[in-house]
Amino acid sequence: MSKEEMLDMEARFERYVAAENKVEPKDWMPEKYRKTLIRQISQHAHSEVVGMLPEANWITRAPSLRRKVALLAKVQDEAGHGLYLYSAAETMGADRQDLIEDLLSGKAKYSSIFNYPTPTWADIGAIGWLVDGAAIANQVMLCRTSYGPYARAMVRICKEESFHQRQGYEIMMALAAGTPAQKKMAQDALNRWWWPSLMMFGPTDENSPNSALSMKWRIKRKSNDELRQEFIDKTVPQAEFIGLTVPDPDLKWNEERGHYDFGEIDWQEFYDVIAGNGKCNKQRLHARNVAHDNGRWVREAANAYAEKQAKRRKEESSAA
Amino acid sequence: MSNNKDNWKIWEIFIRSKNGISHKHVGSLHAPDAEIAIKNARDVYTRRSEGISIWVVPSDQITASKPDEKEQLFAPADDKVYRHPTFYHIPDEIGHM
Ligand SMILES: [Fe+2]
Ligand SMILES: [Fe+2]
Repeated sequence: MSKEEMLDMEARFERYVAAENKVEPKDWMPEKYRKTLIRQISQHAHSEVVGMLPEANWITRAPSLRRKVALLAKVQDEAGHGLYLYSAAETMGADRQDLIEDLLSGKAKYSSIFNYPTPTWADIGAIGWLVDGAAIANQVMLCRTSYGPYARAMVRICKEESFHQRQGYEIMMALAAGTPAQKKMAQDALNRWWWPSLMMFGPTDENSPNSALSMKWRIKRKSNDELRQEFIDKTVPQAEFIGLTVPDPDLKWNEERGHYDFGEIDWQEFYDVIAGNGKCNKQRLHARNVAHDNGRWVREAANAYAEKQAKRRKEESSAA
Repeated sequence: MSNNKDNWKIWEIFIRSKNGISHKHVGSLHAPDAEIAIKNARDVYTRRSEGISIWVVPSDQITASKPDEKEQLFAPADDKVYRHPTFYHIPDEIGHM
């Protein structure tokens, strides 16, 4: 393809997605569109997988059977979300094994939020309410993303996510209405998770140089700041309803804007955690590697079983 | 049949949500054989009673029409308005037909 033809194809592609048409795996797409999406979808998949770790930590210590089955089901859902997303990346020509190896070696990124620790049961409430809540805001937007398989994965994920947030909020509600010590525990979790949750939407619009292209290609439909504001506006009343205080002295309803004003985010902390210096970066990566190694015998057993079955079928058909 | 680097095939999964409705493509997964593909599909795609029947098909066994043949394949249907009921004028007094 000549350079001119290529530019022409790219212009046609842009008009095509701008008209709200979806791109499917075999369609022509700019190489950068493919690369951007493989990176974004695989990072998203890794986040679902690593996201299981801080919560798995509490499955055996959940305070009741009801909470335990809910948490188990949630963590199982997150594994499924990882799988839907790896599958979507595969439709663009990526091999899942390569993606997983990049995660295990520490080369690939995942959401920084999972590098924070979960020292108390209230953290499980805060994660469901705030972390899943923030993820939902992003994922609802991605249900309308321009790449068909990614959008369809998001629709499935969003259907499953709403229970995650509700179970988290329910935990917070119960603690906030409990003994003073329980309420304190809930408040402490909110204090620790609030700011990192706001960081989940990524840098401010002016510090997010790749966003413009993603918006043009309809991969992203809303800017980081828009999504963050939406999340704050929705979540603050939920905190107030259960008598918890959002840890931001600058938080104030702005009648004119119709939104909450909020304080400065500590972006240095955000970049530090991305750089690998969060409280749990090493621990998470280690746990993920151990889990992968411990699962090896299951994968091998599945292979051995499949081989045995294939052999048996062959013998039966030749005997018949 | 070609395998992936993890040595497992990709399977396309189709689920029938209830009798009376066709199987519908829901996504894909990796598995060493059809039997395990069905077990995995049960765990991944029917955790909330989404189905009563599962089909699994190796991805590389599907032959698809090519996107650049779209015109050639489907354009001939575009100018045949007489294949649609609205092409025919029936007086209102006749009611629904
Ligand atoms: Fe998820
Ligand atoms: Fe979730």
